[in-house]
Amino acid sequence: MATTEKMTLNMGPQHPSTHGVLRLVLELDGEVILKATPHIGYLHRGVEKLSEHRTYHQTLPLTDRLDYLAPMHNNLGYVLAVEKLLDIQIPERAQVIRTIMAEMTRLESHLVWIACHALDIGAMTVFIYAFRERETVMETYELISGARMTSNFFRIGGLSQDVPPEFEKKVRDFVSVMPGYLDQYEGLLTTNPIWLKRTVGNGVISAEDAIDYGITGPALRGSGVDWDLRRDNPYSGYEKYNFKVPVGEKCDTFDRYKVRLVEMREACKIINQALDSLKPGPVLSDYPQICYPPKENVYNSIEGLIHHFKIASEGFPAPEGEVYQGVENPKGELGFYIVSDGGNKPYRMRIRPPSFVNLQAIEKMSKGSMIADLVAVIGTLDIVLGEIDR
Amino acid sequence: MTASPLDIALFAAKLGVVFFVILTMAAYLVLAERRILAWIQDRKGPNRVGPFGMLQPLADLIKLLTKEDFIPSAADRWLFLLAPAMAAIPAILTFAVIPFGAPITIAGRQVPLLIADLNVGVLFFLALSSIAVYGMAIGGWASNSKYSLLGGIRGLAQLISYELSMGLSLVPVIMLAHSFSLTAIVDAQSTVPFIVYQPVAFIIFLISITAECKRIPFDIPEAEGELVAGFHTEYSGMRFGLFFVGEYINIIVLGGLATTFFLGGWHGPFLPPVVWFTIKSLAVAFFFIWMRGTLPRLRYDQLMHLGWKVLTPLALVNILATGWWLALAAS
Repeated sequence: MATTEKMTLNMGPQHPSTHGVLRLVLELDGEVILKATPHIGYLHRGVEKLSEHRTYHQTLPLTDRLDYLAPMHNNLGYVLAVEKLLDIQIPERAQVIRTIMAEMTRLESHLVWIACHALDIGAMTVFIYAFRERETVMETYELISGARMTSNFFRIGGLSQDVPPEFEKKVRDFVSVMPGYLDQYEGLLTTNPIWLKRTVGNGVISAEDAIDYGITGPALRGSGVDWDLRRDNPYSGYEKYNFKVPVGEKCDTFDRYKVRLVEMREACKIINQALDSLKPGPVLSDYPQICYPPKENVYNSIEGLIHHFKIASEGFPAPEGEVYQGVENPKGELGFYIVSDGGNKPYRMRIRPPSFVNLQAIEKMSKGSMIADLVAVIGTLDIVLGEIDR
Repeated sequence: MTASPLDIALFAAKLGVVFFVILTMAAYLVLAERRILAWIQDRKGPNRVGPFGMLQPLADLIKLLTKEDFIPSAADRWLFLLAPAMAAIPAILTFAVIPFGAPITIAGRQVPLLIADLNVGVLFFLALSSIAVYGMAIGGWASNSKYSLLGGIRGLAQLISYELSMGLSLVPVIMLAHSFSLTAIVDAQSTVPFIVYQPVAFIIFLISITAECKRIPFDIPEAEGELVAGFHTEYSGMRFGLFFVGEYINIIVLGGLATTFFLGGWHGPFLPPVVWFTIKSLAVAFFFIWMRGTLPRLRYDQLMHLGWKVLTPLALVNILATGWWLALAAS
């Protein structure tokens, strides 16, 4: 009688579909997964610790590098948390531009998700198509901030600068063609029998389990839980916009796919509404103790230069206390918890990254399925190691 | 019959030409695939080396030949070295039985445009297609890597799922042509290609050969998103190149076979027979590339379900229907 042995397979950190440097130790019976243990930490840069040694302004660029597929959304979460701590208001225009860019970022992040998810399942063309559209978002990033990924565009109290005049047209053009491109992806995938075979019934996680694991974002909504921070706990003026929150039913990869696609269409609508309400005005609040002075003053007057120097070198003291601000990142709830002891640096900053929490469910979702299914599960959870390891 | 020096010379020339053409076509099929995929995907593809990137295959060849031929220390050395050849050779050998043009007359002799007119050509092809999997399985095993091993196992699982339906889909063709010889099969299609009588068999055959040459949606043994590169994960340099070129030779050969069995072989109006054969074979190859630009990948147990539960029963029913129809036509 032949005996069979279990095989341990080390998947990653160098592997085409572990989305960065995720390492999974799989226990396999043939190709059937008995156990999947994620090992993380290959991209650890100590963002939380670093922030204890930087002024509030200096921490901002670190947040770009958390979820590097949604930099502006990370910025948004951080600046909102600090503004909450300082209890300051920001100008209307700055808020609207922040929302526009946050939704553009959602589009970008979801485009990369559909690209990689489809490529992992073998649909190569969707990958190239989605990256083609992502390019426009990157160009917008470049247009307003000068950088394609590490934008560092938002500031505590507003924005680093106003957007150039061509910004509005570029964004409007993009969101008017985007639904057509989404139809294109759906044409390749939604009714494709092979895509359905690979995604329907794959990686099922019930609503109760999803809540127990603390899953947030599209992965939670795919399991039928109607929860979206933008609607249920509005921030950055989201209460002014009209949008639907899509919810899945079957808790599987296909429903999460549908949820994200609807979210992309809704993001286009939000951007359009925000563009309609965009009015000229200042983009940085007038709190000289906190905000940087306008660049003209810095370059042309000694007072401005000193002001800039003071803010850049010393920062500002924040009132004692603690705040938590969660934002609906493309991947789930991104939270910043800041404890201040009254100094110019956070006493402690804790980041709640959605990918880190969502990743826990990977064993539950892939147990008993095959390696090919595991790859689909990694894709559907839409993890980014930059924020898992921080 | 003793072979005269002229016969031998003609045969050698034919062999040389076929060998050269197949290898060149395989190399340019790689380029064509990259260009066509790029065209489907709204990008440019390789267009830097030579005019329109036409020298790209040459550059790739130089790169592959000059790369380190790496052998993992834990590998089964001899099998590891042999496996790529075992994958490429059956693919080339299969072409021996494919008639790629009408017989031509040179110096008063009838020269059939195929290497070997075997009276069991169909069986020869099926036998070689089964042997081809050994290269993959042995390569995957000899690498002593878990990804390669899984790739090799998937390759074998894939073989047993498509092989039967592929063989069965050819039975109606043999029934219609009354022969196992590929020359006779082509002759039987001089007026109407068999695809007209046997659309179902053609579709089954097409799906099966897609699995045979490991193309999307059936590129399961080397699924790069899952198994890194499957059975050839540990291969580098020209040994990887042999696996790679073997696959493209396989596409051409299987395109030629689909042409021979169903698309009327070299028969066609106006154009010379060799041209017709080439056009039809490349059309099949284009179809493979097109599928790669369109479809995702199946899971390997899903392919087994497809092979055993859908294609094989369908092929059997098709054989019965063909037999019934032939009996009716005869009476």
